Formats: sequence, structure tokens, C-alpha cells
Amino acid sequence: MKLKSNLLLVLGTLAFVSLSCSSGSSTGQVPISGGSSSIETAERIISLSPTATEILFALEAGNQVVAVDDQSNFPGTAPMTSMSGYTPNIESIAEYQPDLVVASYDPGDLVAGLKALEVATLLQPAASSMEDTYAQINELGVLTGRQSEASELIESIKSDLNEIASKKVGEGLTYYHEIDNTFYSPTSKTFLGKLYSLLGLSNIADPAIEGGFGWPQLSAEFIIDADPDLIFLGDANWGESAETVAARPGWGSMTAVEKRQVIPVDTDTSGRWGPRVVDFLKSVRSAIEKISG
Amino acid sequence: MSTSTNENDCVVKPVSLNKSQLCLAVLAVLITAFAGLVFGPADLGMKEVIQELFNKLPLIDFDSGLSSRQQAILFEIRLPRVVLGLLVGSMLATAGGAYQGVFRNPLADPYLLGVAAGAGFGATLAIVSGIGDGLGFLDPVPLAAFAGALIAVALTYTVGSGRGRLDQVTSLVLAGVAVASFFTAVQTFIQQRESETIRQVYFFVLGQLRTAGWDEVTLLAPYTLICITVIFLTRRRLDALAVGDEEAGSLGLDVRRLRLITVIAASLGTAASVAVSGLIGFVGIIVPHTIRLIFGSSYRVIIPLTIFFGGAFLVVADLVARLILQPAEIPIGVVTAFLGAPFFVVVLRTAWKNS
Repeated sequence: MKLKSNLLLVLGTLAFVSLSCSSGSSTGQVPISGGSSSIETAERIISLSPTATEILFALEAGNQVVAVDDQSNFPGTAPMTSMSGYTPNIESIAEYQPDLVVASYDPGDLVAGLKALEVATLLQPAASSMEDTYAQINELGVLTGRQSEASELIESIKSDLNEIASKKVGEGLTYYHEIDNTFYSPTSKTFLGKLYSLLGLSNIADPAIEGGFGWPQLSAEFIIDADPDLIFLGDANWGESAETVAARPGWGSMTAVEKRQVIPVDTDTSGRWGPRVVDFLKSVRSAIEKISG
Repeated sequence: MSTSTNENDCVVKPVSLNKSQLCLAVLAVLITAFAGLVFGPADLGMKEVIQELFNKLPLIDFDSGLSSRQQAILFEIRLPRVVLGLLVGSMLATAGGAYQGVFRNPLADPYLLGVAAGAGFGATLAIVSGIGDGLGFLDPVPLAAFAGALIAVALTYTVGSGRGRLDQVTSLVLAGVAVASFFTAVQTFIQQRESETIRQVYFFVLGQLRTAGWDEVTLLAPYTLICITVIFLTRRRLDALAVGDEEAGSLGLDVRRLRLITVIAASLGTAASVAVSGLIGFVGIIVPHTIRLIFGSSYRVIIPLTIFFGGAFLVVADLVARLILQPAEIPIGVVTAFLGAPFFVVVLRTAWKNS
């Protein structure tokens, strides 16, 4: 579950870098592909992106969504199907007769295949900053006819993030965020890294990549040597815990392990770039506050 | 010991290992192992590492100035990793050499009889079914890989060793191809259905020493020691086998028995290595052939030298894997192929010119 979202995150972000970031002005110019070039309001939406699903429901456009992919587990009312956003099947998508398909990633022939069937597709790759998230919320607001809800949602996220950023609870602390137990980790220039930076935390993975952007695979001895104050387990849903971390060879000597500062984080809220980033940051903040007492 | 030729091998001369070759091999192991302990993403310092190592000797007490974390890096990460590199490298290279001898096929590698595909299948099954989250010794992934590898080899041997129109070598190799394709197909099918775990499977397939600890070493060491010893003891008979099944039989050698014993030892050792380190390619081909090209084609030279140089080669490959993009790492299988293939081409060309 988690791995897929991370893989999508990585792939999506790579794709995003090559795209221009200027998409989605608020005037209704949404870069959809295929279909009749001007959708008024999409009424039969398929979301193959868990983030887009969360945004659509946050915009109260849930009743315009006919089906979502097998990873779109939030909110619980979303019409989850066995469709995969990772290896999408055009035919099973077409069966729902959608007027809009939203995906975070095109494995190669999704957009082209749907274009041939005259179905409009919107690609919303993994965001690399909150600005991208706001732009995506806006796009979905335009396409669902819920522009005012979109503006409200954006304002509310912004004010929540401002409030969170106003107290830098993580000032002076270093952290390591573990994507999986092969030690992939986001640097502070990634979307997730930028969220942690809002709390004032500094990231040990930054020296691992020239230019500082990406998800390097760290070596165990580098992590131990860097000795972060906090370890965030993005792979907690996948069986990792403070105990499994302490049991790894050599990890027992680390500050975070000795001081019990190994913190499991929710895979979904930390791996997606939708409205729930606020929930993610609040949970991290309260974990840090608990530690610093 | 007779001297004869067959289509692939050069003349088998009754050469035996001399002391200087052995010294060179031991030296290669010591130097690479030391380098493996000193260099890494964390800067421990050469002097400090030497002092810490001497500290482990009785009655010696240095204050190396390394923190407890740095000591953990040295003794719980680097040292087991070096030891595991030596064990796995030795095992894979020796198994490769043994297979090449016993099948008289220069392309034979430790994965010839389906070990890799079987292990990959077992590991994938364990990873996908989600039972792969255990700790160290009881981690089901290596156990499943080990079981899968043994099942595949047993199947290959059962299918391929019947008496028929083909000679035993050909029919075993063909059976290995069929079994490997079958297991690979099943593995790919499972993997496609469970795409969340694709990365874990991917890492298993590319091989790694990066999560190595003492648990893996204790798991692997007994298999490696026994299997390598068995192969070592067959080295003279492998020389005799080089002349062909019938000729070797007429010399009084029980060819089927020799083949069975060697295949069991090489497969068991390979299966154990694959279980802890994943599929590390090319070691089993490149190391024995390089030794063959440099030191001669008698298995009395190849097998002992391969035991040492195989280990040394993998320790170097692992060092490169952890240094080249540090502090990020690359899979060791990429390094063995990337370094090994060009190196091997050079050796091949040189040997060609010299002959």
C-alpha cells in the first residue's frame, strides 16, 4: 500500500519536474487532455490518484465521483474499486463511462488510450511544494464547478500551515524519515521534506544528493553516524516499529533509539500531498511536543 | 592423472598450487578486508580502526577515541558485512568453479540449475504474503528463499538426470533452463499481482549486503564452510573429469556420484548465500575464469584460489557499492557486473594474446 504510494510519489514528482509548474490558473484553463476540449462540469469522475480523491471529497464533489482506484482509501465513503492507478487498465476505466479521469501518473499509454476513447484526462503528478497542491485543488475546483469551495479549502490549509509554522517545535532537532526498510529517505527539498522544515527540523539525508533534491537510499552506517534526534517511520504500516529499529545491527547506539524518539507516522498522510498534510504535520508536532515534554 | 584435451578446455596440466600463489590469495583477502573495515560513509580513521581491532585482542587496551556509535558502526555494521562478503563471494565463486568443472561448461554459473529462480520465487512468496517482517535469525524471507532454491535444484536434478538419449551434462543443463523459466514465470506472476512489494523483490533480485549483521553471518557460515570443504576435496577428481565422462569413468571415477556430490555442495552453498544476500551475479563466472586464465586450468589451482579471490572480489565490490554514491548505496549486483565484466574482458583479451 505504502510502497505503491511512495513509488507513485517518486515517479510522479520526476514527471512533474519536467512539466511546467505554471498550470492551472484560476480562470478555468485546466490542462486536460482528450475529450471534448471544454468540459463544463465533470459529473462522472474516476480518480486513480488517492490524493485527488481526497481533494475531490474535501471539495464536496464526492457525488460526482463514480469510481476510485484501489489505493484511494480516504475518505471511507469513496467508491473504491480494484482498479489500479499504478497499472491502469483502459478498458475497465472506460466501462464506467467517465467524463473525466484524474491520475497522478501515466505509465505510458493511459492518456493516449483515454484520448482515443475521447475521455478527458487530468494528470496531477506528485506535488513538489504546497503551491502545486493549491494549483491542483484549483484545477479540480474548476472542473467540478466548485471554485469557491476550492478557494476556501486552500485558505484553510494555508492558515493551518501558518499556525503550525509559527511555532518551530522542531528547532535545533535533526531527523531521518524512513520511507522503507531499505533506508530510502526524502531530502528537505522534497515535498515531504519541506513539510518537516515547517516545523524547524533539519534533515540528515540532505548531503546524500548533490543539489539536495530527491529520495536517496542511505546506508545504515551513514544514518548511525549522522545520529538524528528523531526517526520518523514512514514504513510503520509495513511492520517497522521502534522495536524493529532498535534490533537492527548497530542502531541500538543511536540517540533516537536510546531516548525513545522513534516515531511511527501514517503512511497515507505522509505520502500524499492533499489537504491531510495538515493532519500529518499536527501529528508530528504533537509527537515532538510529547518528547520535549 | 592423465593429460588430454577436450573441445573447450586447454590442456590439463597436472599443476599444483604453489606457495606464492597461496600467499598472494591470502594477502588479497587481508588487504580487501582491511579496506572494507576502514572505508565507508562514516569517517572512522585508519589509525582508530587499527587500534579498535587490537583492542579486541586480550591484554591490549587502547583508547582509540571512537564513540560507542562509531564502535557499533565498525563491529556491528562493517565487520559482519566484510565477513559476509568473504563468505558469499567465496561460496558463489567456488560453486561457479565447481559447476564449470562438473558440467565442463565455461558458462556454468552458481545459478545454472535454477537456484536463483527458485530462491527468487521463495523470497517473493514470503515478501508478498507479508510474513517477511520478522527479525534477523527468524526472518522468513531467507528461509523461504533457501527452501525455494533447494526445491528448484532438486526438481532440475530429478528431471534432468534420467538416462536417455542425451548425455547427463546436457540433460541437466536443459532441465535447469526449464525449471528456471518456470519458477521465474511464477515469480513474475505473483509480483505483478502484488505490485506494492515490487521494490523489496527488486532489491532481493539485485542482491545486497547492506542489511547484513552477525545473524546473517551465523546463519550462513556453517553452510559455506561445509560446502566449500566438500568442493575443495573434489578438486583432483574435477581435473580427471575434464577429459570427459567416459574417459574419466575408464580411469575408475564414479562420474555420476562425483557430479551428484558436487552439485549438492555447490547448490546448497549457493542457496544459503542467495538466501542472505539475494542474487549477486557474475561472481561465479568471472572469478574462476580469471583465475583459470591467469594461473592455469587445473582445478587443484582454481578451487583453492577461487575460495580466497572470490571473497576478496566481493568485499571490493561491496566497498564500491557503498562508496561510489555515498552516503547512498547501489546494489552490489550492479557493481559486480559493472566492474567484473570489463575486467574480465581485459583478462580474456590478454590471455588470448599470450596464447
